[in-house]
Amino acid sequence: MTAVAARARRPGGGSASRGRAGLAGTAALISLGLRRDRIFLPVWLYIFAGSIGSTGYSFRHLYTSLAERLSLIASVQHDPSVLALSGPVSGTSAGSLVAWKVLVTASAAAGLMGILTVVRHTRDDEEQGRLELVGAAAVGRQASLAAGLTVAFGSSLALIPLLAAVQVVLGYPFAGALALGAAVALSGCVFAAVAAVCAQLTVSARTARGLAVAVLGVAFLLRAVGDSASGASWLRWASPLGWAEQMQVYASPRWSVGVLFVVAAAALAGCAAQLAAHRDLGAGLLPARAGRPQAAGWLRSPLALAWRLQHGALLGWAAGFALAGAVFGSAARGIGPMLNTSAQARQMFIRLGGHSGLLDAYLAAVIAVMGVAAAGYAVAAVLWLHGEESERRAEPVLAAPVGRVRWAGSHLLVAAVGSAALLVLGGLAMALGDGLTSGGVGTQVPRLAGAGLAQVPAAWVMAGVAVALWGLVPRAAVATAWSALGLAALITVLGPAVRLAQAVLDVSPFTHIPKLPGAPVTATPLAWLIAVAVVLAVAGLAGFRRRDLL
Amino acid sequence: MTAVIEVAGLTKSFGRTRALDGLDLTVAAGEVHGFLGPNGSGKTTTIRVLLGLIRAGGGSARLLGGDPWAEATTLHRRLAYVPGDVTLWPNLSGGEVIDLLARLRGGVDEKRKLALLEKFELDPATKSRSYSKGNRQKVALVAALSSGAELLILDEPTSGLDPLMEAAFRECVDEERQAGRTVLLSSHILSEVEALCDRVTIIRAGRTVDSGALADLRHLSRTSVRAELDQPPDGLDGLPGVHDLEIAGNRVSCQVDDRVLPEVLRRLAAAGVRSLVSQPPTLEELFLRHYTGPS
Repeated sequence: MTAVAARARRPGGGSASRGRAGLAGTAALISLGLRRDRIFLPVWLYIFAGSIGSTGYSFRHLYTSLAERLSLIASVQHDPSVLALSGPVSGTSAGSLVAWKVLVTASAAAGLMGILTVVRHTRDDEEQGRLELVGAAAVGRQASLAAGLTVAFGSSLALIPLLAAVQVVLGYPFAGALALGAAVALSGCVFAAVAAVCAQLTVSARTARGLAVAVLGVAFLLRAVGDSASGASWLRWASPLGWAEQMQVYASPRWSVGVLFVVAAAALAGCAAQLAAHRDLGAGLLPARAGRPQAAGWLRSPLALAWRLQHGALLGWAAGFALAGAVFGSAARGIGPMLNTSAQARQMFIRLGGHSGLLDAYLAAVIAVMGVAAAGYAVAAVLWLHGEESERRAEPVLAAPVGRVRWAGSHLLVAAVGSAALLVLGGLAMALGDGLTSGGVGTQVPRLAGAGLAQVPAAWVMAGVAVALWGLVPRAAVATAWSALGLAALITVLGPAVRLAQAVLDVSPFTHIPKLPGAPVTATPLAWLIAVAVVLAVAGLAGFRRRDLL
Repeated sequence: MTAVIEVAGLTKSFGRTRALDGLDLTVAAGEVHGFLGPNGSGKTTTIRVLLGLIRAGGGSARLLGGDPWAEATTLHRRLAYVPGDVTLWPNLSGGEVIDLLARLRGGVDEKRKLALLEKFELDPATKSRSYSKGNRQKVALVAALSSGAELLILDEPTSGLDPLMEAAFRECVDEERQAGRTVLLSSHILSEVEALCDRVTIIRAGRTVDSGALADLRHLSRTSVRAELDQPPDGLDGLPGVHDLEIAGNRVSCQVDDRVLPEVLRRLAAAGVRSLVSQPPTLEELFLRHYTGPS
């Protein structure tokens, strides 16, 4: 704070020289940022290239003839739920289908990448006090903002040649490939600039991130309503994600729409720079919300503390599960005609979801993915223990009369109950989504809630693996627990498609879950999975009781 | 006097690093015991062993008559702890943290809590992420001092406090002493230990190098003497027990072992004393002596 005051008192020159002084040190900060992100950004770019490449590759083989494509387009063009999710198809080429399938998602993902990058390099650094460290060096007031935006814009724009090259290699026309890359990249830039403004508003990086992601969510929603509700199509123009669609990349690229992105990004970045120039280090424009002067009456046990700490994350996950369940559920009836046009796509769903009717196969496939996601939540909730321990926040609790098992057990309870609740919620949301479009809510609710519940033991096994790793090899726990989940997810989602040997498939706990709804329910594998999860958790707790705190 | 903390020959290794190497520490009931050592000398490691957060490698450690590892939970009912580097849950307010820690220990003494909040000028409604290091430390101090526990373990509790708050902290420790509670105060701030502690244990590189009442430790040390004389002194050079002798014309300065102090004064007086300054050794000097010599 004193440093800021001192800097504020410094006599300023003309506004031009002040502007330059505000940016002093930007280059150094950019190279620092790139160095810090040398894993983070390449992984993101790789995921973009990989997923768009694989979609492009599979669509080349799934929809080879114009007749197949026209029949797919006809089936989706009037289905509001599909329109809400992916927007309309513009054009009839294979490229148009790829754009329809990936453009909205990829643009939103690029937006997310931009948001995370900018907040990481601006408000996060500021909140952690790292910026104060570099700020005391010869670094200008707006340098960190400029550097964060440069890193975010640069990595986003790198998507243009990358995505264009991937598609051209797969045989798609150059102009469309370039336009798709540009639409995705420019969306990323706009949301990076949104995040830059948010980072000036709030004191906490977490709130800034949440605010920017909320803007992204609203943008998605505006576009979804604009695309699916008749008479509201003007709403598309209110959302950068809508602009991305309006570039009509593989039909006849409208390059003029690109100007909208550039103007919006520039305006937002300029606004952020103005805000940054007129505030103190560490301060935000929105006041930091004060906390409670006293703890609520129920905050009196390790379990209450675990809930107090974790409930925000759980609610976020729950919103995601409810939304995903509702969207995928309401899309369920539209998926039938879409799949009927492609034998290979149908095969894909049956391999993932089982054989009992295409609708159930689709629902089961979605629930299987939800199972993996819930396992992700459970692992994150378990690893909360690791975070509390390594950041020494476990110490004050364990130095109070609280036993180690009681402390750890309270977080494990949140993980176990939370993951089960998420799966039931996801199933319920799917049942509502499907039931309201088909009129069968009553029958779908118990079937799909039950199908969600059946995934719980597999999620618990992955949580158990994380507990065991944390208890026995705490320093390696985070990396190995996530790797284990990644491996299980890979085997579950891709294993059947690439025809892995059954012995390999059996490694993943999800393989042992009956493909519900549709398949017969067998209790034995579920009981075994629960037993395995309990044994793993007990082993981890026993290890934790015997070892030193980190 | 019964011992509240009894540590003998304690060892602890982390990989190849030997953090504790035969450390001894005895704290009697009702005393404020200073636990002195430079950074990295093993103070925090000792305290973490005493709290049962890590397991002793060798030697013995007893806390409140029990085994700090096996009986951790029951023993913790009777103590309160302020960590050296206080990290709090960023989205909980200071007030929430204080109440939670007090309730885990059995209950909140509202009156004492409010008095301490006022004394340390701490706003309990601020979220922990916005607290400075000193304010995080105040949160931990208020939680510990309002607990009424019979033993307080304070690990460098004032390293982030400003001088006014340090004074408030000293008052609090005095109150604890008068209430008959035991305090283990680890520190590398010597004036703090000098002002507060009845007895001290000095450690270096995981080993106890000295322990006793401050008065006794002073006895081991020297008096620093500076004098201005009528003429250069005679016979000080080479006198056993006189160290760091510097004579510049009529000015003399030296360090004197207490046993030869009478002899030194006699010889100074013989040279005619114009002015004389003699100081008791500060703890800084004690420290230097203990940490500069061979181990």
